Amino acid sequence: MSPPAKSLAETAVEFGLKPEEYQIIVRRLNREPNFVELGVFSVMWSEHCSYKSSRKHLAKFPTTGPRVIQGPGENAGVVDIGDGQACVFKMESHNHPSFIEPYQGAATGVGGIMRDVFTMGARPIALANALRFGDPGHPKTRRLVAGVVAGIGGYGNCVGVPTIAGETNFHHSYDGNILVNALCVGLADTDKIFYSAAPGPNLPVVYFGSKTGRDGIHGATMASAEFGEDAEEKRPTVQVGDPFAEKLLIEATLELMATGAVAAIQDMGAAGLTSSSVEMAGKGDVGIELDLDCVPQREEDMSAYEMMLSESQERMLAILKPGREEDARRIFEKWGLDAAVIGRTTETGRLVLTHGGAVVCDIPLGPLTQDAPLYDRPWVEPAVQAHLDPADVPPPADWSAAVLTLMGCPDVASKRWIWEQYDRHVMADTLEEPATAADAGIVRVHGTRKALAIACDCTPRYVAANPFEGGKQVVAEAWRNLSAAGADPIALTDNLNFGNPERPEIMGQIARAIDGMAEACRALDFPVVSGNVSLYNETAGQAILPTPAVAGVGLIPDYARRAGFASMRDGDALLVVGTSHGELGASLYLREVLGREDGAPPPVDLEFERRNGDFVRGLIRSGQVSTAHDLSDGGLIVAAAEMALASNVGVELSPTSATHAHGFLFGEDQGRYLIATADPAPILAAAHAAGLNVALAGQAGGSDFACHDLFRIPLARLREIHEGWMPAYMAGSAPVS
Amino acid sequence: MKAAVIVFPGSNCDRDCKTAIERSTGANVEMVWHGETELPGGLDLIVLPGGFSYGDYLRCGAMASLSPVMAEVCAAAERGVAVAGICNGFQILCEARLLPGALLRNASLQYVCKPVDLEIANGQTRFTAGFRGRREARMTVGHGEGNYFADEATLDRLEGEGQVVFRYRSNPNGSARSIAGIVNERGNVLGMMPHPDRAFEPELGSEDGALFFQSVLASA
Amino acid sequence: MKATVHVFLKPGVLDVQGKAVESALHGLGWPKVAHVRVGRVIELDAPGDDAAAVESQVKAMCERLLANTVIEGYRVEVG
Repeated sequence: MSPPAKSLAETAVEFGLKPEEYQIIVRRLNREPNFVELGVFSVMWSEHCSYKSSRKHLAKFPTTGPRVIQGPGENAGVVDIGDGQACVFKMESHNHPSFIEPYQGAATGVGGIMRDVFTMGARPIALANALRFGDPGHPKTRRLVAGVVAGIGGYGNCVGVPTIAGETNFHHSYDGNILVNALCVGLADTDKIFYSAAPGPNLPVVYFGSKTGRDGIHGATMASAEFGEDAEEKRPTVQVGDPFAEKLLIEATLELMATGAVAAIQDMGAAGLTSSSVEMAGKGDVGIELDLDCVPQREEDMSAYEMMLSESQERMLAILKPGREEDARRIFEKWGLDAAVIGRTTETGRLVLTHGGAVVCDIPLGPLTQDAPLYDRPWVEPAVQAHLDPADVPPPADWSAAVLTLMGCPDVASKRWIWEQYDRHVMADTLEEPATAADAGIVRVHGTRKALAIACDCTPRYVAANPFEGGKQVVAEAWRNLSAAGADPIALTDNLNFGNPERPEIMGQIARAIDGMAEACRALDFPVVSGNVSLYNETAGQAILPTPAVAGVGLIPDYARRAGFASMRDGDALLVVGTSHGELGASLYLREVLGREDGAPPPVDLEFERRNGDFVRGLIRSGQVSTAHDLSDGGLIVAAAEMALASNVGVELSPTSATHAHGFLFGEDQGRYLIATADPAPILAAAHAAGLNVALAGQAGGSDFACHDLFRIPLARLREIHEGWMPAYMAGSAPVS
Repeated sequence: MKAAVIVFPGSNCDRDCKTAIERSTGANVEMVWHGETELPGGLDLIVLPGGFSYGDYLRCGAMASLSPVMAEVCAAAERGVAVAGICNGFQILCEARLLPGALLRNASLQYVCKPVDLEIANGQTRFTAGFRGRREARMTVGHGEGNYFADEATLDRLEGEGQVVFRYRSNPNGSARSIAGIVNERGNVLGMMPHPDRAFEPELGSEDGALFFQSVLASA
Repeated sequence: MKATVHVFLKPGVLDVQGKAVESALHGLGWPKVAHVRVGRVIELDAPGDDAAAVESQVKAMCERLLANTVIEGYRVEVG
């Protein structure tokens, strides 16, 4: 492919660089870049690779702690889980590709995040995801749901890693910009973590995995641009994943690492060979020389440009210790992978590429990484919603109808249609997942009594109503879900999904949401160890709800002491830990029953969040409680209904406040937990002694979901509504592949 | 007691089977790469594990059934060694013609992962004697192509000869006669879609998989 | 020499994909479409220039790998 007959400056714009960014390149090189060099700059400086709009604000996150081995800056975060073991995890977005081609976009999202984890020496042991789709009535939504779910299942199931947790929301703001955030959690030994920085010059650079084709060229820049009307034409840039190749890659990579031959390693993700080679050399403060003629190629006559920018999947770049090339070759041959030594690290500090015997790129590495633009984009303080008093919110005209509306609404309805398509049990260590009903997915740490708990959280409507408070809530809820399962929350990974950062009001959402999240992280000792930013999630100026999603990971020291909410028994007392003022602002009751999206989100009191969570975790650890559920969307009504359905036992709720019953029942006050116990007295006493609010909220028994004379719904009917929405909605969809 | 688990490129449940067998029976388990042309001696059980051998490309189990090691597996089966094919392993046994019929795409066209209640239709096989007359078992399934098919004459013969070992109480995939697992005429080669390798400890939801492995290894 | 193999489920074997596709076509405005079957096409280059010999080679490939003759039939076109 020869360079187009237009000026390089024009080409730069086509590549997604702003004119001022092009000028920076010319100044740094002291000359104009050539076509290949321009391609390299354009991807390294894309929003997706450089985080230029967000880096300044991301710096506010706490990223260290006694258990943190590696914070942001590597392929994934690493935390210590004791006994010489580490947990490696990260969440990443694949939003724009999934909108264009939902199956492959989602599938390659899963593939990419797995590589970020096993490139650090960790065997992947769990997957999770956070999905946001448009209004169910939008013509594209159903097909997107079907494709994304099939893609996540198709890839994850084939690779043999269980998908054990997730979150799925529907809202019209995602109509033209769905969100697919994929998490991978892996297990490694603390003394066998692999990093990406090249340790020195004159070391062999080895490429292994699948051959390079023309897939996804400029995918990184697509992720950095809004969708225009021409989204359909972007289809050829979507990469196709091969989960079988990935499975072989995992086994080969782990085997290679076990031989001690690997000095540094990185997967080829966004911007493929370019980002991996530049980052590995840049971090190691060395140069790198690649002979592109050696790159295994799937297509004929590939140009240097195409090879450097290709986003063909399932490829790794490793720097080996001297003389270990033969060890590596044997392993690649056993697993049937394409592989080649394609270059060496050097002392020059430059990226030098040769192709067909000629030098086609020769640039200093500094400008690419250290001199990447860092923007302080202008932002305005976001407008925030005013607090809503429950006295000012009408109670339901028809209580039963309101409860059923809530239980059957897209955000609350059972997502069984989705998670039954995921293998949740492969690796034979899954203890809790959606079917068993717990607030976190839980997998055993193989061969030990320990288990890891995983929860994905974000309440975008709260963030929209007040980005700072909503940001606090995101982190608090993840922490709460882990605590409700009986785990010690260790750390977070984040996926910050927002609209166009060049708009000051969007940049304000980003800045303030991060402020809120950071404050909660500090108060809860819950650092961010990895993450991803996805911006420009807008179509024709309509941005998504601000969606700073997180996934929290926690440790359960003995998995015999854990909690879920399917174990409520006839006669159990129901206790609510925490204070209920009746916070209905930005609640699901308001939105689904009253059709309103106003009101300030429920405030988060981080001190009580912590004290209540520690209290509940203590009850679980001592064996006094094994049935617990956090209160979130839909408040007590939804939490109690979910517990009743999962346990198949009826519930009689008794609101403590006779006046604003709807506030108590539907309010989404934070920092609260629902506990079912046969022996409430000691718990009430202990809470009182600790200065915490715990109230009796009802009793388990019978076969109805009921509250006094407000409503009485047979459990079977509740189940019918809760389980019925999604299959009925998806029945209209054609099968995927 | 000694067992072998065959590992094909793309097998996922090989280590699960090893763990399940070790923990439920204490047997010595060896992992055998598909490229081997010899099996370890003195085997009491050979397991073809679940997963996506060769990515399920072309047909599930098609390419795996032609692996070098399969000639030895067939020979061992001929000699009467117990062979258990689980999920993808069942698909491989059918492709290798060690069992009749084939596994088609689930009737719903979707992958399904859920707990299933099974009827133990024949409690006298080497694989089910250990259930001591129990008629019920509970395990999980996880598959996209578990829809068992054979022509009517074959199905009648399987029923008549007691070769249907497990049947679904509630058919999750459209399998003919709700068949979840079958055994060959001789009774030493079994194929099943549900996963005993995921049901061997109480915290996993069921220990019926432990009974399964204990049964076949006790029968050796 | 180029060869094309069409692999189909045998009549009598339920074609779940074919049924689903047929339903979808009916729903999209082609209600009279019938007997939809979904199969597989494999193309390959086989050595040799004698069409009959190549056909025989490819049929052997079908018997051995490309089709599961318990449930599938096949058709080979050469050239």
